[in-house]
Amino acid sequence: MLDDFLVRAALAAFGLSLATGPLGAFVVWRRLAYFGDATAHAAILGVAFALIFSVPISLGTLVVALAMAGAISWMMARGQSPDSGLGVLSFGALASGLVAISFAPGVRVDLAAYLFGDILTVTRSDLLLVWGGGILVASVIAWRWSKLLLSTLSPDLAAASGVKPNRESLVITVSIAVVVAVSLKVVGALLVSAMLIIPATAARRVASSPVQMVVASVLVSWAASGAGLWASLRLDTPAGPSIIVAAALIFVLTTGYRTIRNQIA
Amino acid sequence: MSLISATGLTVKYGTQKVLNKIDMSVAPGEIVTIVGPNGSGKTTLLRALLGLTPAKGKVQKKPGLVIGYVPQKLALDPTLPLPVRSFLNLPRSHTPQQIAEMLDRVGVPGIETRQVADLSGGQLQRVLLARALLERPDILILDEPTQGLDQMGEAGFYRLIEDVRQASGVAVLMVSHDLHVVMSASDRVICLNGHVCCEGKPHVVQNAPEYRALFGYGTQGALALYQHAHDHNHDHGCDHDHDHVHNAVTRKDDIEHAG
Repeated sequence: MLDDFLVRAALAAFGLSLATGPLGAFVVWRRLAYFGDATAHAAILGVAFALIFSVPISLGTLVVALAMAGAISWMMARGQSPDSGLGVLSFGALASGLVAISFAPGVRVDLAAYLFGDILTVTRSDLLLVWGGGILVASVIAWRWSKLLLSTLSPDLAAASGVKPNRESLVITVSIAVVVAVSLKVVGALLVSAMLIIPATAARRVASSPVQMVVASVLVSWAASGAGLWASLRLDTPAGPSIIVAAALIFVLTTGYRTIRNQIA
Repeated sequence: MSLISATGLTVKYGTQKVLNKIDMSVAPGEIVTIVGPNGSGKTTLLRALLGLTPAKGKVQKKPGLVIGYVPQKLALDPTLPLPVRSFLNLPRSHTPQQIAEMLDRVGVPGIETRQVADLSGGQLQRVLLARALLERPDILILDEPTQGLDQMGEAGFYRLIEDVRQASGVAVLMVSHDLHVVMSASDRVICLNGHVCCEGKPHVVQNAPEYRALFGYGTQGALALYQHAHDHNHDHGCDHDHDHVHNAVTRKDDIEHAG
C-alpha cells in the first residue's frame, strides 16, 4: 500500500498535521505568524547549504531554521521592533538562499519543489522523517501543555507559579524550526506557516476551549490534506498549494458557521 | 520566620530609581497593605518580590513557599478560547468538585463553563483569586485587587480576603489605593513613595507626618469612618529622619508637611 504515491502523500500530510495542529494553535495564540514565516524562509538558505556541503536537506534546513529562530528570539528579547526586523531577517534569508542555491553544484535545482513542496514524490524515508518530527513535536507539546498554556496566557502568572516563561517560549521556537525542517517536502518553505496558521484559525471559530481548538485544528488539517490531494488528482493542480486552498475554504466555512450561530444566539 | 522578605531592594527604570533600598517582610498569617500615590512603585515592589522585574538587593523566600498571585488585570488574547474551568486548572489540575467548591467560596458559583473573556470585572477578580487559592498558597499577593469594582464590591472583596485568611491562615500582601477600606482590613500598612516612608498599624500610619504629606487631610472624611480618635500619635516606629523631600507629591494641599 505504501507503494502508492498518493497514499504516501496522504500519510505525509497527516503526520505533519499532528505537529502543525497543536503548534499552530500556539503560533496563533502567541501571535507568531511572522516568526513562523521568517523561520520557514530561512529554510531555503538551509537547502542551499545542504546542497553545497552535500549534507541531507533536512539537516541543513533544521540547522538554519534553528539559527534563524535563535536570531529572532534574541532580537525580540532586545526589544527591537519585531515587525520590520522580522521582515529584514525573513526576506534577507529567503533571497540569500535563492542566490546561494545558484552556486550549488549539480545541473539545475528544482526550486519550486522547495518553495511549494513536492508531496507527490514523498519517499518512505521522507515519511519516517515527517512522522518522527510530527510525533516528537506533538509529544513535547502534550508533555508541557499546562506550562506552555499558562506562559502563553500570562508570563507573569506563569513565573509566579514557578514556571519559566522563557523556557516555554524556547520550546515553541525550537518546535517551529523542527516543523519547518520536516515539512519542506510536504508543503514547501513558502506555505509552511499557512499550515500552522490557517487550520488553527479555522478551528478557533468552532472551539470553546484550548484543547478543543488543538483537536479541531488537527481535524481541519486532515480534512484539508484529503481534499487538497483529491483535487490535485482530479484537477491536476499542484498538491501543496491545493491543500492550503482547501484549508482556506474550510476557514471560510467555519467563519460562516460562527457568524450564523452568533446571529441566531 | 517571615515568609518573604526584601533587603535593600532597588529597582531602576533607565536612570530613574523607582524603588530605593526597600526593607520589608511579611510574617505568616499577616495582612500587609502597601499604599502610596501613583508612581510610588507599589506594583514594581510586588513584581520585584515575585521575581518578575530585575532588581538589586535581596529577596528571601521561605523554602517551598507557595505564592498565590492575583495580577491587576489579565489581558486575554481573543484567539484563545478559555473557559473558567480550563483557566483554574493551570498550572495544576484540580477535581471538578474542588473547582466547584472554590468558585462557590469566592462568590461566583457555577461559572465553570463560561468564557473568561466574557466575565465582568468583579467576576474575573474572583476567578483570579480562586485560581490562586486552589494552589493552597502560604501567601496571597494581590495587585490592586478591587480595581474596577464599585464600593460595595470592593468592601465585599476585602471581607472575602479576611474570611479566607481566617479560614486558612494564609498571609496576604496587597497593593491598594482604596485607603479607607484598606485601613480597616490590614494588620500592617506600608506607606511607599519610592522608599518606605513609614509602616505600622493602620491608625499609626494614618497619623504619621510622612503619610499626611502624601495623602494630606483631604481623605480625612473617609478615614474618619474607621478612625476612633485623631490623637496625633507620632509613635509610629520610624527609624529614619523625616527631612527627606517628597518630590512625587502631586497634590497642592499636601505641601504643608505638618505632623
